[in-house]
Amino acid sequence: MAKHTIKVTVNGEGRQAEVESRLLLVHFLRENLRLTGTHIGCDTTHCGACTVLLDGVPVKSCTVLAVQADGRDVATVEGLEKDGKLHPVQEGFYQEHGLQCGYCTPGMMMTSCALLASNPDPTEADIRRAISGNLCRCTGYVNIVKSVQHAAAAARAR
Amino acid sequence: MIPAAFDYHSPRTLSEAVELLGRFQEEAKVLSGGQSLLPLLKLRLGSAAHLVDIGRIPGLEYIREEGGYLKIGGRTRESALEKSDLIRTKYPILADTAAVIADPLVRNLATVGGNLAHGDPANDHPATMLALGAEVVATGPKGQRTIPIDRFFTGLFSTALALDEILTEIRIPVPPGRSGGAYMKLERKVGDFATAAAAAQVTLGEGGEIARAGIGLTSAGPTPVKAAAAEQFLKGKKGDAAAIAQASRLASQAASPSPDRRGAVEYKKEMARVLTARALAKAIARAQGAQ
Repeated sequence: MAKHTIKVTVNGEGRQAEVESRLLLVHFLRENLRLTGTHIGCDTTHCGACTVLLDGVPVKSCTVLAVQADGRDVATVEGLEKDGKLHPVQEGFYQEHGLQCGYCTPGMMMTSCALLASNPDPTEADIRRAISGNLCRCTGYVNIVKSVQHAAAAARAR
Repeated sequence: MIPAAFDYHSPRTLSEAVELLGRFQEEAKVLSGGQSLLPLLKLRLGSAAHLVDIGRIPGLEYIREEGGYLKIGGRTRESALEKSDLIRTKYPILADTAAVIADPLVRNLATVGGNLAHGDPANDHPATMLALGAEVVATGPKGQRTIPIDRFFTGLFSTALALDEILTEIRIPVPPGRSGGAYMKLERKVGDFATAAAAAQVTLGEGGEIARAGIGLTSAGPTPVKAAAAEQFLKGKKGDAAAIAQASRLASQAASPSPDRRGAVEYKKEMARVLTARALAKAIARAQGAQ
């Protein structure tokens, strides 16, 4: 089976690799690029732990082929912190205890980033709807919603 | 989980894609949004030696009214339907449907054409399109042909598409004034397939009687179900509680669901009745001007 050379911009940096057709985007990120912040949870398109932004849109990277990302832009949790300063969404999850075990957190934060980019002042219903494809088994979602609200308020105040 | 090995093709034109499908025949599958196909390949419930990705072919994502039809490009994302003002204001049945397909992340990639061409009776758009009386455009080596939606679903996971055809457009007749539709789905949780679901689209006549009714059912048999007896019954009736009750009983009788973790046959048939009644009531209210 033929291999394909792909060029993907990951967190602003151009990356190139030769990959098998069947390689999943999440494996490309974790194994080829060693960006292990993106987690594999259910591996069946349910849990959203593997959420990354593909051209700014949140998608489940366990259900995208690496070759489909050729020529496109991928953002992962590793790209959120800038110059030693937490992203407002990371700060929100930190301040509001938006996590316990942390497994869902990278995916939750990437979905939240995309929500706030398109809707800077979301209602609680908007937030709950946006994260309905990201499962958390620790928090009951209450603190996650508060975290996103915290991030939204902080981003608006800047 | 890792799919069995396959080769990946990324054609830049429709004719190139059709040529690849013609060359590889049953060894090839069309990759659109991938949100059904890739899980299937990962779980190794299905396999394909060649994936033909239509993701880089321009001109397959659009929502527009033209020549008396609402035309939806085959690769239009479910999220685009959700966000479309035209869909929200004039085709609320489609907005209802898009909003309950899988979850928001899946909808960012999942496509309307894929939802139909996958031929899964648990998918949501088949019922909606049956209710709307849609037709689909198949593009193959000899050009385009249209297939009425009620002849499109030929069996479990099988459709009227030939091996070298791609579903490139969905055409829905623009509904006349005093029309409305709704989709009602019962699911155990966000992202689950329907335990039962019903789509209803009605057009009211001058005197408020039902001039046309379309009813489709999800997860109600090996193929999506068009509740033809219920549709016929409603014609010329006033859309009152008694007519809705009788039509929903007829729709339930058309359902032949399989028992699974989501419920027993009796339960699913009863839910098909309840959801048909609710969808009809909402469709009629919308036809009368409600939101």
